[in-house]
Amino acid sequence: MKYWWKILCVVLLLYTIIGGLLMPVPALEILHETIRNLYYHVTMWFCMLIIFFVSFASAIGYLRNPQPARDIVAVEAARVGLLFGTLGLITGSIWARFTWGEFWSNDPKELCAAIAWLIYLAYFILRNSFTDIDKRARVSAVYNIFAFILMIPVLFVIPRMTDSLHPGNGGNPGFNTYDLDSDLRMVFYPAIVGWTLLGAWLLDLRVRMKKIELNRMIHA
Amino acid sequence: MRKLSVLFLLTLSLLPAALPVLAQSGASPQMDSALQQNGKIYVVVAVLVVIFIGIVLFLIRMERRISRMEKDQRSASS
Repeated sequence: MKYWWKILCVVLLLYTIIGGLLMPVPALEILHETIRNLYYHVTMWFCMLIIFFVSFASAIGYLRNPQPARDIVAVEAARVGLLFGTLGLITGSIWARFTWGEFWSNDPKELCAAIAWLIYLAYFILRNSFTDIDKRARVSAVYNIFAFILMIPVLFVIPRMTDSLHPGNGGNPGFNTYDLDSDLRMVFYPAIVGWTLLGAWLLDLRVRMKKIELNRMIHA
Repeated sequence: MRKLSVLFLLTLSLLPAALPVLAQSGASPQMDSALQQNGKIYVVVAVLVVIFIGIVLFLIRMERRISRMEKDQRSASS
């Protein structure tokens, strides 16, 4: 049964949608019901991080042993990761409108997330500027490694060193407060797995599609 | 594929049974005011579940199409 993880993905995400909206959550200042965004907005970034790591690992794999399949996984994982990153940015912006008052208020967390987003956008621009397939794969693998390593401090270190208003940074109720809450954990962890599996499903479909195209090109 | 759809139906049929149980453990009064008023949050839950299942069905159709193309290519090359 090779579809088991796709079924698991659907079950976990149904649980995330239903349980995430209906199950009790702790009452915290500022956040109120938006604490439920932990299951949707925050998990987007977790999923993005894991998928970008897949991309990063495939890029390293490609440089060690250049096989077209590894380049395909690297680029498609970056594509799916960017999709989740974009969703994370948009959902964060909606949340900010109703807690901070503006869709975009140049908070350090927002700016850093935008920088990380642009770094990965540049990956695709760089890729598409090559006509030679081998050169494209090699240069974009090198850039991919750079992008991943740069993204970690940009997303997870710099916002915590400054006065970001984002939960988990500065004086706001954040991860440390609600990470310990068992109500939140009961949905949060399955939600991370569910969304990540959805990302993996999208990645699986895109990689198989690209492999079919590649085979077609070789045999044509 | 049939197993998949059976699973969907099973999950769906379990929903109405699970909802009242979940509803009993509602949040504190202050939290209720905006979101869970009149229990209409269930409407939103239903909408989201329908949207999600729609997306999943779309993914499954894509999955089957890609599998078919892979099979065609394998039999063509052998």
